[in-house]
Amino acid sequence: MYTTLRAMIVAAALGAAAAPLLVATVLPIQAQNAPTAASIDNFTFTPQTVTVKTGTTVTWTNNDDIPHGIAWMKNAFTRSKALDTDDSYSLTFTTPGTYAYFCYLHPHMTGTLVVEAATGDAAD
Amino acid sequence: MSEFDREDSVSRRKVLECMTWVGTGVLWTISGGVPHSLGLIDQAVAQEASGLTFLQISDSHVGFDKPANPNALGTLEEAINRVIALPKKPSFMIHTGDISHLSLASQFDDADRIISQTRLDVHYVPGEHDFLDPEQKFYQDRYGRGTKGAGWYSFDANGVHFIGLVNVIDLKAGGLGFLGAEQLEWLESDLKSRSASTPIVVFAHIPLWTIYPDWGWGTDDSAQALSYLKRFGSVTVLNGHIHQVMQKVEGNVTFHTARSTAFPQPAPGTAPSPGPMKVADDKLRSMLGIADITFKRGEQRLAIVDTPLQA
Repeated sequence: MYTTLRAMIVAAALGAAAAPLLVATVLPIQAQNAPTAASIDNFTFTPQTVTVKTGTTVTWTNNDDIPHGIAWMKNAFTRSKALDTDDSYSLTFTTPGTYAYFCYLHPHMTGTLVVEAATGDAAD
Repeated sequence: MSEFDREDSVSRRKVLECMTWVGTGVLWTISGGVPHSLGLIDQAVAQEASGLTFLQISDSHVGFDKPANPNALGTLEEAINRVIALPKKPSFMIHTGDISHLSLASQFDDADRIISQTRLDVHYVPGEHDFLDPEQKFYQDRYGRGTKGAGWYSFDANGVHFIGLVNVIDLKAGGLGFLGAEQLEWLESDLKSRSASTPIVVFAHIPLWTIYPDWGWGTDDSAQALSYLKRFGSVTVLNGHIHQVMQKVEGNVTFHTARSTAFPQPAPGTAPSPGPMKVADDKLRSMLGIADITFKRGEQRLAIVDTPLQA
């Protein structure tokens, strides 16, 4: 009985150790081109920095009870229309770079989008 | 600038300290961290019947229908009915912005339909919610006649010089409210020829004093504007945007913010964000309201009485 329990604890510990490895191998594949969701919560862009590979579509959804709007520094992209509660704004990013954005109603709200070259793009 | 203004991150205690340091003529106190008016509009008008009286209304947010107040048009109507019922008709009204919630034509129409029932002249300045239509032209088309730039202007009434400013457009990333060089230049020349004894009332949507930068409650280049006002003996600055009453007196300048008629917002730093604050239904009307302002010749400060829809 005692030995069995001990074996189970060891197995659980091994499982826990294996889990991060599993995530580490799966994530890069997913990050390649899968759509990425971001949000606006409590007057904050979440996450504050979004990192994606080229070709990725990012969608921001406003979860606040007040409208927000996304505008890009140097007008890098077309700004969103005013996003009321639950409204979304999507953009597909094709050019690597670091892009800063802010809320044009509440400019103290800022965020950064990093677009990295997708693997294999380097030769392009 | 006071020490209060220089604080980049103002603690709530500090704000409350500043809020308790107020000038004469304002009837309000703080209970439970929320500024609360003691005055009744009818009493105030009766006491000050000899002066120029005008009303400030702010942040109607017509179209807002979220839990903090599912019927913002209804509470605007309640506020307007109070104005209509005043025993002494005020000379005019000012509206310090966020007339609409999303700049829809229907929202501006609804606001006009209700507010016009007062049969008072209304002098508007825009809030950031009034420039959300795709071409950003509805506000200007409706309220911008005879104004400069994005809608700033001045006028005189009973020897008082009124200046309406716009600090909600062309906002900069990471910044606060913004007046811009063109408007500041206009302000300087608008004031240049006036004698220092002319009482000045400046009104704009976002506070022209730094209340809480973490929530964007201030204006980046307001110090420049205030420098042009330093030589005047009586300056009153009326703002909205923060949906609660706050007051500060600095030298000859009295700063004051008005309640919204739509929904309350939390006191600085008391919530995760400045978003609409849901309060118990029977408390809502004590946190919405209008301000009644009286100017009496010979007095440096204007008497401002904030009146909730329900005491």
